[in-house]
Parts: sequence; structure tokens; C-alpha cells
Amino acid sequence: MRRVLASNLRGSAWQRITRHKALLVLLPSLALTGIFVYGFIGSSFFFSLTNWRTLAVDLSLREPLWQTYAEMLAMPRFQADLRNTVVFSVLFIALAISMGLVLAILLDRQFAGRSFFRSAFLFPYALSFIVTGVLWRWIFNPETGINLFFDLLGINKALAALGIGPLAPGWTTDPNVVLSVNQAIAAVWPRGASFQIEWGIPVALIPVAIAATWQLSGFVMAMYLGGLGGIAQSVRDAARIDGASEFRMYRSVIVPMLTPITISTAIILLHVSLKIFDLVFAMSGVGPGFATDMPSIFVFEMMFKAARYNLGAAASIVMLLASCIVVIPYLVHTFRSRE
Amino acid sequence: MALDLRGMRNVTLILAGVLLLAACQDSGSSSEINQVEVFSWWTSGSEAAALESVFESFRSQYPDVNVINASIAGGGGSAARPVLQTRLVGGNPPDTWQTHPGAEVMGQYVTPGFALSLHDLYIEEGWYQVFPSSLLSMVTEKGQPFLVILNLHRSNTLWYNLPLLADHNIEIGESLSYEELFDIAESLSAAGVTPFCMGDAGIWATGIMFENALAGVIGPERYLGLWDGTVSFTDADVRTAIETYGRLLNYLNTDHAALSWDQAVDKLIGGGCVFYSMGDWVYGELAQAGKRDNVDFGWVAAPGTEDTYLLVSDGFTLAQGGPNAEAARNMLRVMGQRKVQEDFNLLKGSICARTDCDQSRFGPYLQWAMESYSTDMLIPTVVHGSAAPADFQQALNDALTDFVVRRNVDAFANTLKREARASGFGK
Amino acid sequence: MRVKRIILIIVLGLALLFYALPVYVMVVNGLKEATNVSMATMWVLPRQLTAGGFAEAWAMLAPNLRNSLIMVVPAALISSMIGAVNGYVFSKWRFRGSEILFALLLFGFFIPYQAILLPLVRFLQWIGLYGTLPGLVLTHVVYGISVTTLIFRNFYINMPNAIVEAATVDGAGLLQTFWRIMLPLSLPAFAVTLIFQFTNIWNDFLFGITVVPNPQAQPVTIALNNLSGSFSVDWNVVMSGAVVAALPTALVYIGLGRLFVRGLMSGAVKA
Repeated sequence: MRRVLASNLRGSAWQRITRHKALLVLLPSLALTGIFVYGFIGSSFFFSLTNWRTLAVDLSLREPLWQTYAEMLAMPRFQADLRNTVVFSVLFIALAISMGLVLAILLDRQFAGRSFFRSAFLFPYALSFIVTGVLWRWIFNPETGINLFFDLLGINKALAALGIGPLAPGWTTDPNVVLSVNQAIAAVWPRGASFQIEWGIPVALIPVAIAATWQLSGFVMAMYLGGLGGIAQSVRDAARIDGASEFRMYRSVIVPMLTPITISTAIILLHVSLKIFDLVFAMSGVGPGFATDMPSIFVFEMMFKAARYNLGAAASIVMLLASCIVVIPYLVHTFRSRE
Repeated sequence: MALDLRGMRNVTLILAGVLLLAACQDSGSSSEINQVEVFSWWTSGSEAAALESVFESFRSQYPDVNVINASIAGGGGSAARPVLQTRLVGGNPPDTWQTHPGAEVMGQYVTPGFALSLHDLYIEEGWYQVFPSSLLSMVTEKGQPFLVILNLHRSNTLWYNLPLLADHNIEIGESLSYEELFDIAESLSAAGVTPFCMGDAGIWATGIMFENALAGVIGPERYLGLWDGTVSFTDADVRTAIETYGRLLNYLNTDHAALSWDQAVDKLIGGGCVFYSMGDWVYGELAQAGKRDNVDFGWVAAPGTEDTYLLVSDGFTLAQGGPNAEAARNMLRVMGQRKVQEDFNLLKGSICARTDCDQSRFGPYLQWAMESYSTDMLIPTVVHGSAAPADFQQALNDALTDFVVRRNVDAFANTLKREARASGFGK
Repeated sequence: MRVKRIILIIVLGLALLFYALPVYVMVVNGLKEATNVSMATMWVLPRQLTAGGFAEAWAMLAPNLRNSLIMVVPAALISSMIGAVNGYVFSKWRFRGSEILFALLLFGFFIPYQAILLPLVRFLQWIGLYGTLPGLVLTHVVYGISVTTLIFRNFYINMPNAIVEAATVDGAGLLQTFWRIMLPLSLPAFAVTLIFQFTNIWNDFLFGITVVPNPQAQPVTIALNNLSGSFSVDWNVVMSGAVVAALPTALVYIGLGRLFVRGLMSGAVKA
């Protein structure tokens, strides 16, 4: 189809005019993006190379030029932030996508109450992170929160009968890092032994990922419901005629067809997880031993509490590079698949 | 691609309704000429009421000036300060803003030239006579004062649940040493009671406990030495202070990291823990909950700080290049008045910065604090920005976050020493 | 079949418990008296219902709710509109280099906003929009363009080129085609971008607090945050305030929810 259009528009003079027109239409957006995104980032990058570390603006370049970056990468706190971003993104995206997919599949049929459930699951998306952070901090309080239900429901009695201690997780107050890979790294890369932090899964990040999942899985569900609605009934009928069970049908026919939606959803969730700020700030702050600290909080505190503009700017540039690592392959993939 | 007409109608209706609402909005008069913008982080409850009392006095004295209350919430100004900094650096200052005496006002606002001298105002109002010189020295450079101080909190107070201690036959005298405190903590632990309260969801709260231990163990003179570089963070007595703080951490409620500082006060009231080493903003919470001085709760100076007043204080500046300089001066004039300070502090649960306030208007605890203010040595808090520059304050918070989990005294002391040097005051 | 249905309802009911848990905490504590709210009794139902928290929250938030509405409606509409035009050009009028331009535009979606606050404030001051709701609208529009463009591009790419082709053969220009042919077909995609933008802008905190310092002009999220002070917090008011602040978004969902899913269905989000 496109080829037909293209051939119709082949005349080179016409094409030039079109190109000019198209550019003209895009111009306001491109100009605004040029200023608000690239211009501002450029100035932040410049700040990161200066001596500006108090409220008094000091735009002299630092000697050596990359000193602020070197200093930052050596900070255990910043290393923990990088670890936390990776771990949180993986946990959160995996949880939110599986939760959203399951809910969408459950709601992928006609029954009374369907739209009620859909609205109820979508509702958390309407709330402000600032508030939900506080709510989840209350719920995950190890003494007065959700842990009380483990007693009420008799789970702890059952565990005691089995000779196991009570189920009383510390949630966001737990400073432990599990599944540490430090030794594995040290085995292949001797310098890795000098890491100042544990490379593993900070336990305190799990409740944060649960809270973020709670907030966004309804959105994921809506995305999948959209996708499921776009799958023709004939596909399902064909699968049923082949004698596939409901489960088999979803697993081997429907879910693979939803892959494009999964990719889009993952990208949107990733933009949330890389930048997440309000929720963590209100829920657990930097966490015990920086277990729930995030680069966005680091940037915020360094720039606006410590007035270390160069350090905050440097961290924001690293955040940006981190998103490039994911976004650029996505863009390449998108364009490839269109060719 | 069939259109859902019903859906389309819904959209149209909703949009129309919302636009109608927007249209109803009156454009508001933004070109008020006679006004003054006061920037603070006092937004709710007793703090907002206290600030409002200042504004009321101002309005009765200057009825034709409109007060813009630009307050943004956040403990110790955590959300307010980004806005303030961005506005100052961006060249759009509020007429007057809240800040802490000491390093914060001098380093962040005076040195870069964001604040104006208030010497004339001090002379006109006779303030050099009513503010103690040790307090004024924290806001003065080359004989020029830059801040009008409105209130004082004492941060080195050890609060306790009186009935709960009585149940365990423990009585607290006029003072308490750390050894006595740890003995009590041991016996309470043995009886299944959590000895110490903490709510450090905001890390600064545990910072208060640390600085109280620091001042108590090394003494106020050496504490001051830390900030002018004559005392090092790796000195033996400072290490002892860090160890003492580390011992205190062993006796905290397990959910401390999930509580905010005020929720830990609730815990103290409810008997979930006994002692709380925390500034006297706790008193406001206790009073609000209807708890009575020396009946439901008691207090004593944090161990070792019997003759010290570790002050957390708020004051207001005069902006360089502020749009309403005259009105701002008058606002500051009002803030320094005795009656205004009394009314404000009664509402806020703190004490006057002026030394001539009427003590009898305040409750037993605040009278005790006023007594301490007038006789004890005043030293600045580091947690709330008075003792050291902002970058060190942040570094201390980060080091505390690490120490609370790892308890590595060496790493903690070395980090502080290095950061003090980087910040420019350590040797 | 019957059994299956019952199992379905039970599973959904369990999921509902998880989703309702924080809402329960929010509402129950919002209905308590200030002095009765504490973490220790967070699960307990109020002994007597008090709407005092809600009344107070409403009184304190109402002016800011209006600010938010005034800001969010134009911001969501304009950014969606611009996104539609852009998406149309990027999908139907591609030219050499247009993919690169699209990538450059999309990148704006991923920048950490903390990084650009300071230049943003200086720039807004320079053009005289600092401290105003139009300034905030502009900010949200600019940072919203990337995602709205993405959504519309993906939406239009699934529409047959023949539509555009027919129009151009009839002599209609680029914008005419868009206005007369594409726009009327774009309702589902608009539902998606409007909801997405409405939610994001409504719940924004960072831009609101830095771009608009005057509390009378600030959006509701800032006022909500201001309900809790530095040294004193009335939790019942905070919880009630959360409910009040969420109402408009919730209403939008109920009004547009069906369209939202329909819009997603029509391919607006496929990669």
C-alpha cells in the first residue's frame, strides 16, 4: 500500500514541496523540543563539568574536567542507586506485566460485573504517587501493617506448628541484600572484589515494586484488554476447533500475538521506573543503607538539599545515558520492523 | 474504524463541562502593588496557625499591604528549599524567606549576596539589646546581622513516658548519664519493653539522636571545634560519641525506618517505647494529644548536655532585589516584636528568640527550656543546617544512612573527616 | 461452566482485595477524627464517622482543584492535538530523515525532569511565563509532545494509506487531508492520549512546585502535599485530601474508560 502512495508522490519537485511542508508542520514541536529537551540537557551537562557546588553560581570548569563524574561513580550511594534502578525496573516491569496480563485475560469474556472490575483495577492509576507512597508506608509497617494479618489468618500458627518461626518480614525496613553476585564478579574480574556495595536484590525494594505494580498494573491491563479486543474471534474459534484448552489457547496463540503490546507497555513502564521519584520518596525515602534509593532522589538531594549542582547534574546525565541504553535499541527495532 | 457515537457524546459533554468550569474562573488581580511575599515551610496545623498570627499582627499595623503566604510543606523545608533555590538562582526571590541561623543563612544566602543587611532595622527596634549575643553571632558577618529570629527549639531533650517508667519502678532525676541510661535500657529490654523510640523515615531524625550524643559525649566546646576545624571527626572522643550513638541504635523500635518522627511520638504516648532523644517539637505533639507535663510524660536534658542548649531555630531574611523591600522590612519589624513572638511561639510550641518574653504565659516544659536558653551555652545544630554548609549536612545524612545498617565506626568517622575537608571547614 | 464462573469471580475478588487495601486505609482513616488517627489503629474502623477531615480537605483544596482543571484541560488538549499532527506527518508523510527526527522527539519522554528544572525556570522567566499557569501549561505541553506523537504515529500507521492517497489525488493538501479526513477518525487515539496526559499532568508534582511558587495559583498536588506540615500532620485530612484530589481523574476514567480501552484496541499502542 505504501509503495502505491510513494509511487504516486514520486515527482521530485512535488516531493520537495511536501518535505518542506512536513518540516514546517513539525517545526514548532522540533523547536520546542530543541530548547526544552536538548538545550536544557546541554546546559545541565555543562553544569556537571563546573565547580558549582554552592548556591553561588560558579561556572568555572573543574580540573580535571571529569572529576565530578569520577567522584560520583566512586560513591557507594550512587553505586547502590544504579543497582536499585536495574533491580527495581526488572521486578516492577515483570510484576506489572504479569499482573496486568492475568487480569486482562480474566476479564477477556462477557459476564456481569466485568466493567466494575475493570474500573476498580484501573482506579489506582488515578491516584497521585505522593499519596500512595504514604499509604504503602503504613501498610508495610512491620509492626502495625499487613503483618498483623499473618497472625489473624493463622498463618503464623500454622508455621509454628511446623516448627518454623513466624512470618514477619521487615519490608522496607529490611537492610539485607539477597542473591549477591559480588563473589561471582570477583571470580571473573578481580577488581570487582573492591566493590563497596552488595550487588544483589535489596529486600526493601520488593515492597516498593509491589506498590508500583499496584498503581500501574491496571494501566497494563487496559493495554492488554485493548490488544485482546483486537484479536478476531475467528482466531479463538480456530484454536478451539483444534481442541486446545483455554489455557493452551492463551499460552500458545493469544499471548504471542500480544507481543507488540508487551513491548510498548514495557517501554512505558520503563519510563516510569527509570524516573520514579514521588512514590519512593514518600514510601521509604532512601531506605535502610540506601536499599531503596534511586538516582532521581540522588539528583534531587544533591541539587536541592546539598546545593551541589555539578554533582546533581552529573547524576542526571548518567540517568539519561541509562535510558539511552534501552531506548535506542527500541527505536532501532521499531524502524527495522517497519521497513 | 466505526465511530462510537455514544462515546463521542460523552467526550464532548465532559470537555464542555470542564471548559465551562475553566471559563467561570475569574482572572484574579495579579497586579497588586502593595504586597509582601513571605516564603516558609509552615503549612499545616499549629505551624500554619502560628504564622497566621504573625500575619494578623502585620495586617493590623499595615492594613493596606497584602500578605502573600507562599508556604510549601516538607520536613525542615525539604520541598520548599528546591523552589527557593531555583527562584534565587533564577533571579526571582520572594521578599523574605525562612531559613536557619548559622551556616545555612550565612553560607547559602549571605555570601552569594541573596540577602540584605538588617543593621538599620536592628538599631531602630533596639534588637541588639533583646537578642543574646551568642545567638546574634550566628547571623552576623562583619557587624551586619542578616536574619530576624522568630523562634527557638531545643533539640537536645530526652523525652520519656512517665507512667511506663513508674510501672517498672524507674525514676529519673534532674539529669541522666549515658551509663545510667544504658542500664535502664537493659532492664527495660529484659522486661520486654522497647527502650528507645525512633521515627527515621526521614533520616534527619536519627541525626538528632546522633548530634545529641555527639554534643553530650565530647562536650559543647569540642563540638564547636568540629565546625571550625580545630577538632577532627577521627579524634578519640568523637569515636566514643559515634560508638555511644551506635549502642543507642541497638534499643530502637524495630519499625523505626517505617515511621515518621511524629509517628514515633504516638508510639511513645501509647507505651510502645519509652525514651525519645528528639527536639522539643515533640512537645507540640504531646500537647496536641492532651498529654500533661510531668504526669503523662517527663523530660531531661539529653545525657551530657545539661548545660547546653542545642538550638534549632527559624528566622527570616530580607531579599536582595526583592520586589517589595519596604513592606518586607515592615514584616520583619513585626516579627521581632515581643508580643508577636509570644503569640507565635505559644501556638507553635517553641520559645521566643527575644529574652524579654513573658515566661508565665508558657507551660512547664517551655519555662524549663526558656530557663536553659537564658543560662546555658548555645550551640548550633548540624542536622538543621546551622553548624555546617549544606553539602556537609547532606554527606552526614548519607553517612548516617550507611552507619545505621553497617555500624562501621571507622568508615563513618573517616567519611565525615573527608567530607568536612571537601566542604571547606575541616582540616 | 458454572463452576468456572465461580472460580473466576473468586480469583477476581482476591485481586480486588489487593487493589482495595490501600483505598480502605485511605478512606477509613480519612473518616476518623484527627486525634484518633495513628498507625497503630490504621486497620480499625472509625468509632464514629466524621466528615470533618473531608470538609477541611475540601475547603483547603477546592481553589487548587480549580487551578488544576484550568491547567490540565488545555495542556492535555493541546499536547494531544500537536501529537496528532506530528504522528500524522511521521506516519503518512515520511521523508528522508523523518525517522531520525522522530527518534529525537521521542527521547524527550525519557529525560529525568530533575535534570532540566533550573534551565527551565530561567527560560520561563526570560519569556515572562514563570509563576503562571500558562507557563505550567506550556511546560506540560512540551514534555507531553513526545508521548502523544508516539501514540498517534502508531495509531495512524495502522490506517490504510489509501485514505490519504485518495484525498491527495483530489488535490487536498497535507493539512487539509489531516483536518478533513484523519482527525474525524482519530477519536480512539484521542481518548488514549487525553487520559494518559490528563493523569500524568494531574498527578505531576515537580513542575507544579517549581514553576508556580504562588500557593493561590498552584495545582492540587502541591496543596495536597501542603496538608502535611514539617512538624505536624493531621493524617485524617491528608487521607481525605487524597480522595478529593483523585476524584476528577476517577471521573474521567468512568467517563472515558470504555473509549480508552477501545482506543488501545485500535492499535494506538502497538509497537
